Amino acid sequence: MASAPSSVIKPDHAASRKHMIFTDEHEALRESMQAWVLKEVTPNRHDWEENYWPDSILKRAGDLGFLGLCFPEEYGGQGGDYYYSLVRAECLSYSGCGGLNMGFAVHTDMATPPIHLLGSEELKQRYLPASIAGDKISCLGITEPGAGSDVAGIRTTAIRDGDEYVINGSKTFITNAPRADYIVLVTKTDPEKGHDGITLFVVDLKDDDGNPVPGFSVSAELEKMGMHASDTGEIAFEDVRVPVENMLGEEGKGFYHISWELQGERLVAAAGCVSGAERMFERTLEYALEREAFGRPIGRFQAIRHKFAEMSTQIEAAKQFTYATARRFANGEYPVREISQAKLFTSRMICDVADECIQIHGGYGYMKEYEIERAYRDARLNRIGAGTDEIMLEVIGRSYGL
Amino acid sequence: MKICCLVKEVPDAAVQKRINPETKRLDRSGEKNLNPFDTHAIEAAMQLKEGGDVEVDEIVAVTMGPDSAVRALHKAVALGADRSLHLTDGALEGSDVAATGYALAKLLESESPDLVLLGQQSDDGECYTIGAVVADHLKMPSLTQVIKMDAAGGKLTLERQAEYGYDTVEVELPAVISVGDAINEPRYPSLKAIMGAKKKPLDTKSTADVGIEADRVGEGGSRTAVLEINPPPAKESGEIIEDEDTNETVEKIVAWLDERKLI
Repeated sequence: MASAPSSVIKPDHAASRKHMIFTDEHEALRESMQAWVLKEVTPNRHDWEENYWPDSILKRAGDLGFLGLCFPEEYGGQGGDYYYSLVRAECLSYSGCGGLNMGFAVHTDMATPPIHLLGSEELKQRYLPASIAGDKISCLGITEPGAGSDVAGIRTTAIRDGDEYVINGSKTFITNAPRADYIVLVTKTDPEKGHDGITLFVVDLKDDDGNPVPGFSVSAELEKMGMHASDTGEIAFEDVRVPVENMLGEEGKGFYHISWELQGERLVAAAGCVSGAERMFERTLEYALEREAFGRPIGRFQAIRHKFAEMSTQIEAAKQFTYATARRFANGEYPVREISQAKLFTSRMICDVADECIQIHGGYGYMKEYEIERAYRDARLNRIGAGTDEIMLEVIGRSYGL
Repeated sequence: MKICCLVKEVPDAAVQKRINPETKRLDRSGEKNLNPFDTHAIEAAMQLKEGGDVEVDEIVAVTMGPDSAVRALHKAVALGADRSLHLTDGALEGSDVAATGYALAKLLESESPDLVLLGQQSDDGECYTIGAVVADHLKMPSLTQVIKMDAAGGKLTLERQAEYGYDTVEVELPAVISVGDAINEPRYPSLKAIMGAKKKPLDTKSTADVGIEADRVGEGGSRTAVLEINPPPAKESGEIIEDEDTNETVEKIVAWLDERKLI
């Protein structure tokens, strides 16, 4: 650039692409966390795909302060703003291990924020510092065998008995459940009512010795299409007793509380989709520049070049939309429609990108060795988890009074 | 004990490096970062401080460079330095290695450190020499390519990476020591450390503040001049030995290596 005459402006595609929502501190944290992921997480991805990610890596992340980025210092957090959640999700995309990213996200962005927002001081002190340090692992229980998208239709009950509630029911597809120390649980305290009968509790799943609490059991560890590094459970509660103090927020207001939780979860999921797609794009670009056919790298054929052009345009649009929405959320707005749109758009986008990346890899894309098939299987969950495409469309459509 | 760590702002590793043909200097526009080798120097200082064999009162990150170099200092502080010192002055622009070493030595004199640590090379210029130049001006022993450091009884025992194997040496302080990247694994700064870095003291000095003679620095004060810049010659294509008869192939490879005195 410096040597060009001043009237000639050339694009510098290598220039910094730091987005305006991020400060130098966000970028410095990104550099630190990404270096850690590449050094201590990524090399283990194949092993963890077979055997789940180990508790020790959560503890290590806790020691480094990466689990409490957005939590106040008084609970052991680092005192950062909401954008650090996005940075965390983006850094973990470098792990090549979707299951680990998901397991961490459940812990840091789904199960613990409701405790911070709605919990009593005592609950916060009991659960947050240990979770942020990586000493306790959490999970979030919404979906049941008979109710997923239809949250109002859940059947797990919490019935008051003196100073306690007695919980009965089961939950399924619960990430981290087989190993979790506690769960943020969505229950019906008034089975006669729909939305207005729902209440949240923090429920210990293990006693002080690490054994399951009386009445709690993991009925199945579920085998999945992707996200193999993550443990997923179907769990059952049979007369599990929790003290009244473990209620989160107000009795009967759980539906609104969990709707709030889902907004943060969906935005982080959107950021995860964008960065997941970026990693696939990079990996595939590298392949397309190396792999030769008909005498030249396949990326230099127009058919393939245009695939990359299409993908990068989709990724960039998804990224800008996600960041713009995150900015509103971080500024205290509650942009449910846009969050739903971002979740819908990015989930579809990552599945499209995954499919094209497999196609560009050809036969090798179908082979495990190239890891793109694993990314493809991991990505597919995004159109289902944290609210299906169809639920997102309903939320968006109804927001217009239709 | 006071440790000064020399650090440098360099173009980020991801940026393709280019020479500006007009100034014949490295084009330093674009993303910049703290020289990765210097992060090992900071970590070495931190390990001395935390090791407890010597009492380290403070670790000072020291740099010479334009305004933007403040970010490299912030990063050094996020990695553990207690405060930082920034020598910046238009008069320093274009200084060669000898002039830079002189200027840094003058800056360090104002701090009277017991130990000066730095990375063995910068990621941009890659001269590997600044430590020796600084040591010469400060009249301190200079040790380079250090990959192990133990402190006991006012002395440091060091391992140097030498051409064949390792040298184990002992040095009395004060000294100037440049470290290789094998010496340690720099820590991952936490968000608290990153956010706290801007709040730590940062002193800015001009050449006059530390008694730097103007005619010994800058392009004019440098005793080297870059006359011409050429790309390196293209690599010759290698010799391919087809493996038809393995015994014969081995003989050919051995003969080839023998010819070049590689075995």
